[in-house]
Amino acid sequence: MKIKTCLLFFFALEGKAFSQDTTNLLNLVRENGPKKEYVYNAFKSSRVIMAHSMEMLRPGVLDFRILHRFGRVNGGAYEFFGLDGPATVRLGLDYGIAEDLMVGIGRSTFNKELDGFVKYRLIHQSTGQKASPVSLIAIAGSTLTTIKWSDPTRPNYFSSRVAYYGQAILGRKFSEALTLQLMPSIVHRNLVPTEQDPNDLVAVGVGGRIKLSHRVSFNVDYHYVVNQNDAAGFHNPLSVGFDLETGGHVFQLHFTNSKGMNERAFLAATEYDWGKGDIFFGFNISRSFQIKKKKG
Amino acid sequence: MLKKNIIVVMAVVLMTSISFAQDKFYTKTGKISFYSKAPLEEIEGKNKTVTAVIDSKTGAIQFAVQMKGFEFEKQLMQQHFNENYVESDKYPRSEFKGTITNNSDINYKKDGTYTAKVKGQLTIHGVTKNVETTGTFKINGGKIDANSSFNVFISDYNIKIPSIVKDKVSNSIKITVDCDLEPLKS
Repeated sequence: MKIKTCLLFFFALEGKAFSQDTTNLLNLVRENGPKKEYVYNAFKSSRVIMAHSMEMLRPGVLDFRILHRFGRVNGGAYEFFGLDGPATVRLGLDYGIAEDLMVGIGRSTFNKELDGFVKYRLIHQSTGQKASPVSLIAIAGSTLTTIKWSDPTRPNYFSSRVAYYGQAILGRKFSEALTLQLMPSIVHRNLVPTEQDPNDLVAVGVGGRIKLSHRVSFNVDYHYVVNQNDAAGFHNPLSVGFDLETGGHVFQLHFTNSKGMNERAFLAATEYDWGKGDIFFGFNISRSFQIKKKKG
Repeated sequence: MLKKNIIVVMAVVLMTSISFAQDKFYTKTGKISFYSKAPLEEIEGKNKTVTAVIDSKTGAIQFAVQMKGFEFEKQLMQQHFNENYVESDKYPRSEFKGTITNNSDINYKKDGTYTAKVKGQLTIHGVTKNVETTGTFKINGGKIDANSSFNVFISDYNIKIPSIVKDKVSNSIKITVDCDLEPLKS
C-alpha cells in the first residue's frame, strides 16, 4: 500500500516536470543573478554647464568643446541684449584615457588663460551585486594666466600666473529624469589682487539636470564660495540652461553671471550679479570623436 | 520481489526523464548582432551573451538578450542606442519565443546541415510582433550551430527615428543570429 502511494507520487512529480518544460524554456537556463551594472548617461556631456559633471568621457573619445559667452543681457536692445559682445570664448579638448580617467586642456580669451585638468572616478554608481548608490570623482587642475602684467615695473614671477584647483564630485543619477551632484572645491591662487583676497578659496557647488525628453534636459549649476571677498564685488556663479543633443553634438544653451570658463575664473573672479541683470547668454558645443575604436 | 520490481520501474522512469531532458539544447554565450545601413552611417551592434534554448522534441525555440550587452564601435552609438532608441533602462530584455515548424525534418541525432523554418514572436522595446524566418542548423557531435538572419523594421517596435538623424539610422535593421547550443543536462 505504502509503495503504491509512493509510486503515484513519483509519477505525479514526473508529469509535473514535463508540463513545466513546454511553457517557458528560458526558465530552464537560469541567468546568473542580477549582474553588477554601471550607471551611465547621468548627463549628456562631461559638464553640467560650467562645472564638471559626474559623467566621464568613454575611453578613446575626444571631445572638442567650444564655449562661448556673449555680452551682458541688460545691455538692452542697443547691444542686442549682449549679442553684440564683447564675447569671450574657451576652446578645449578633452580625452578619455581609460574607463575612469580623463584629461582636458583649454584656452580662454578671458585673461588669456590656459587650463588643464585630470579627472578620475574613484567610485562608479552601479546596480546589482556590490552596488554603489553614488559616483565619486576627483578632479585636479591648474590654470596659467598669460595676459601681460598690468604693472611691468614691479618684480613679476612666473609662479604668480599660476593657480590650482581641486574638486570632488559626489553625484547620483536618481532616475532617467533626475541627476544631482554635490561639488566641494578649493582654489589656490599664488597671487591675489589685494591683501583682503584669500589665497585659498573654498566653495561648495550643486548641480543637476532634469531630463525633459530623450534629447533635451534642463540643467543648473551653482557654487557658493565660502570665503569670497565680497567687498571686491565678487559673486557666486550660477548657470541655468538647456542641453540639446543632436547625435554627434551636444549644445548647451544657457544664461550665466560668469564670464570665466575655468574653475579659477568662475569661482574667484565672477564680477557680475544675477540680481542686477548682469547675465550673459552663452552656449557650449561639445563634439565627440571616437579616436580609438573598440575591437570586436 | 515486488518491491525490487517497483524500484526497477522507478529507475527506468527516472532514466527516461533524464533522456528527455537531453532533448533540450542551450547556450548562454550566443551571438546576436544587428546592422543598420543608412546613407551617412553604418551602425553595427554585437551581443555575445545571448541565452537560447531549443527543445528538439517539441520544436520550441527561445532566445533572450540583455539590451545593455550590445557593443558598438563608437561609444556614442552605444550611449544613444541605450538612451534614445531602445530605452534599455525601461526595456532591459528582448525575447523571441517560437517554434520550428519543420521540426520533424531535423534529425538531431545525426550530424548534418538542416534548414529550420522558424515562426514566433519577437519582443523588443516592449512591443511584440510576429516574425517568420529560416535558418540553418549544423548538427555536429550532439551540438547545434544555429544561424539565421532576418530583417525587422524598427518603426514596428515603436522606436522613433527623429528626422535629424534620418540619414544616419535605417528603419530596416538586419538581425544576425549565431548560437552554438550544447545539450542541456538537468
